Amino acid sequence: MTLDLVIQQLVNGLIVGSFYALIALGYSMVFGVIKLLNFAHGDIYMSGAFVGLIVFSFVGVWVGNGWLGVVCALLVSMLAVGLLGVVIERFAYRPMRNAPRLSILITALGASMVLNGSALALTGGRHFAFNTDLGFAGLDVSAVHITYTQIVLVAASILLMAGMQAFVSRTMYGKAMRAVSIDMGASRLMGIDVDRVIALTFFMGSALAAGGGVMAGAYYGSVHFFMGFIMGLKAFTAAVIGGIGSVPGAMLGGLLLGLLEAYGSSLPFVGSEWRDVFVFGALILFLVFKPTGLLGRSVVERV
Amino acid sequence: MSDGASTLSAAPQPPLVRRSFLLWALAALACALALPHFANAYVTEVATTALLYVVLCLGLNIVVGYAGLLDLGYAAFFAVGAYTTGILTSEFGFNFWLTIPVAMAAACLAGIIIGAPTLRLRSDYLAIVTLGFGEIVRIIARNLDITGGASGLVGIERPEILGFKLMQVQHFYYAFLALALLAVFVCLSVERSRMGRAWFYVRYDEDAAAGIGINRVSAKLQAYMMGAVIASVAGCLYAAKMTAISPESFTFNQSLLILLGVVLGGMGRIPGVVLGAILVALLPEVLRGAGTYRPLVTAVALLAIMLFRPNGLWPDKRG
Amino acid sequence: MALLEVRDLRLSFGGLKVLQDISFSVEKGAINSLIGPNGAGKTSLFNCLTGFYKPKGGSIRLGGRPITGLPPHRITALGLARTFQNIRLFKEMSVLENAMSGQHCRSRHGIVSAILHLPSQRREEDRIRAAGMRWLDFVGIAEHAHRLAGGLSYGDQRRLELARALASTPEIILLDEPAAGLNEREKLDLVHLIRRIRDETGVTVLLIEHDMGLVMQVSEKIVVFDYGQKIADGTPEAVRADPKVIEAYLGTED
Repeated sequence: MTLDLVIQQLVNGLIVGSFYALIALGYSMVFGVIKLLNFAHGDIYMSGAFVGLIVFSFVGVWVGNGWLGVVCALLVSMLAVGLLGVVIERFAYRPMRNAPRLSILITALGASMVLNGSALALTGGRHFAFNTDLGFAGLDVSAVHITYTQIVLVAASILLMAGMQAFVSRTMYGKAMRAVSIDMGASRLMGIDVDRVIALTFFMGSALAAGGGVMAGAYYGSVHFFMGFIMGLKAFTAAVIGGIGSVPGAMLGGLLLGLLEAYGSSLPFVGSEWRDVFVFGALILFLVFKPTGLLGRSVVERV
Repeated sequence: MSDGASTLSAAPQPPLVRRSFLLWALAALACALALPHFANAYVTEVATTALLYVVLCLGLNIVVGYAGLLDLGYAAFFAVGAYTTGILTSEFGFNFWLTIPVAMAAACLAGIIIGAPTLRLRSDYLAIVTLGFGEIVRIIARNLDITGGASGLVGIERPEILGFKLMQVQHFYYAFLALALLAVFVCLSVERSRMGRAWFYVRYDEDAAAGIGINRVSAKLQAYMMGAVIASVAGCLYAAKMTAISPESFTFNQSLLILLGVVLGGMGRIPGVVLGAILVALLPEVLRGAGTYRPLVTAVALLAIMLFRPNGLWPDKRG
Repeated sequence: MALLEVRDLRLSFGGLKVLQDISFSVEKGAINSLIGPNGAGKTSLFNCLTGFYKPKGGSIRLGGRPITGLPPHRITALGLARTFQNIRLFKEMSVLENAMSGQHCRSRHGIVSAILHLPSQRREEDRIRAAGMRWLDFVGIAEHAHRLAGGLSYGDQRRLELARALASTPEIILLDEPAAGLNEREKLDLVHLIRRIRDETGVTVLLIEHDMGLVMQVSEKIVVFDYGQKIADGTPEAVRADPKVIEAYLGTED
């Protein structure tokens, strides 16, 4: 591998990785609080991209297709899709909270399929262009051109995640979230409004996924109803690598997975059509040898 | 409460089919046997598909309904069977019947590779890993030369029984009917055996099951492998019927449809699963005009069942 | 030689020391008890003995064989059965099927012989059912065999847990608060039943219990815990007179 290729794949890996990290973070937060793998998370990311595109095409008329438009799309989409996450929790997951584990999982799967199926029905399965004019200005490192857009995207993802980490570790609501994730029953007895904390967790996790969706849509220039499926799987893999339930773990896992994928698919004998096989191979290896992930704690199950 | 006097007399093993149910089962069987003589080719074709789903749903029911494991990549095992038959008959000139044991062995092996590492972990992990596995098998089938790439395999040999070659849709209808009956018999036998009970113990309370001496990882792995074997046999016969297979028959959506069949009728109970499988096979026929709305209808059906009738349309009276 | 021998057992969760150098032994054919205030580590000890928790150090021997760190099903197969503090029955299955579960580790037929309906498999099934019925009868709930376990009264559910554990033909049975939630009449029956377990089947009994009256009445030896440490060990009379026990346990609970 030449140095240029190494740098190029580092850039690619960091960008994809920061999207993975944003989505993985939502997975991890929801899992931490209600111990549920939110299958719909990938579809929430897809919904975020679509809402972002709709907002972008409306405001684009007034503010143009530049940064201002993207930021508007990002904020509105995060808010709207965050609320969508709350609605899903309220109507699909809350009624099942005391149901057997298998039923909860199948319900989550159903919620995912409903989102995905609605997007297919509404869009007819077409690809939609997300045309921005963010330009290609940027820095040249060796022979690799890094656009300002790429730098801003990575910086924005890191900022969002850092904000989330600060929220969870510094505020009262963050403290309540951690309490609920340790012992829901005891938290309720201590006067924490558990339902509200769970709703808030869904809001924040979904908003992050939507943010990732808008950024990915704007970056790749295209939005599609099936984009959430593989993304959901990858984000789960990232969450497992980092240690599910851990906020810094999700970030680390996302970035590592992005780099792994970028370098892995540039190996001569792997090739991009085998990229997904490579990722799931990594997932299975992690589950075998380090199921708690890099930063996760081992949990003693109570009997 | 009696301490001394023993009341040990009455504990015979229950029959495979309850007497009250036997009459209905025989009537249904008579209808199934007579169907091709009255129905046209289209109806027979749909009925054959329904029987295929009965086999697949009964197989997945062992994993989901008995052992309580969520498998989202079940179509992969169906693909393993279909591709084994396809490759061995078209590339290596195998007799169809000889491909079945090979397919069963391949499914067992795939089941161990996926199951052994993940079944030790929380059940949610298995769901996602199986989802990934389903995709991997499809990607492999699409990218290898021996599987015919994206266009798949054609010219798969049709099976012969005692010199009689299965050709027409009616022949395959009876072949799938025989397979479905065999699957029902196998499920009934295992359901009330030592291992079948162990699956239910693990499904209802893993810790209590372990505490009473059940190796939960082994029990789950056996359920997973048995489900895999049933799907692979269904895949063999499917390949022989279609004579051409492609990766698009084994997508995530296929796995979801099979799961829907299991959940719709009532997880863990054979009559419910058979009913669910038939409904799932009829669904595309009913929704022929719905186009891109079809996945949404499937999704709403699944969600509605889970929220409003979690035990399915035909639940077990025992709860 | 003692049937169950625990040496220097240690367990901690994170920084919290749950058990510190616990040593005691239970003789074959004995009825012994573990007592101690809430949070003293009794149930954690049970979970170590039965393989649900992996101890940090020390050893556990059953009939001279080391069982430390083995998975729960292996330990049960080696002859140590348990009940759970918060009844853990298979509520959706019949009472008889619950009792039959104990026989799983004493039988061997698998999927293939079930499909083939081999005569030896049918005989084994008969044996499993008969054993299930026998133990239901032993604890006095045979007439409910075909009801759902979840539909039994609380007291009968406790009995069923006992029958299920006994059906694994253990050397020793560990009972985790068997009297919790029982009324006086039921407690008397329980004392009677515990004695019958030992006298009629020869199974050694080790119980955790809060009810001091019951413990004093039924046990031959008592081990007392407080804050993860053993503070006393002896006959009911000796323990009752021990000032450390009075201070830690009897003193704080009326």
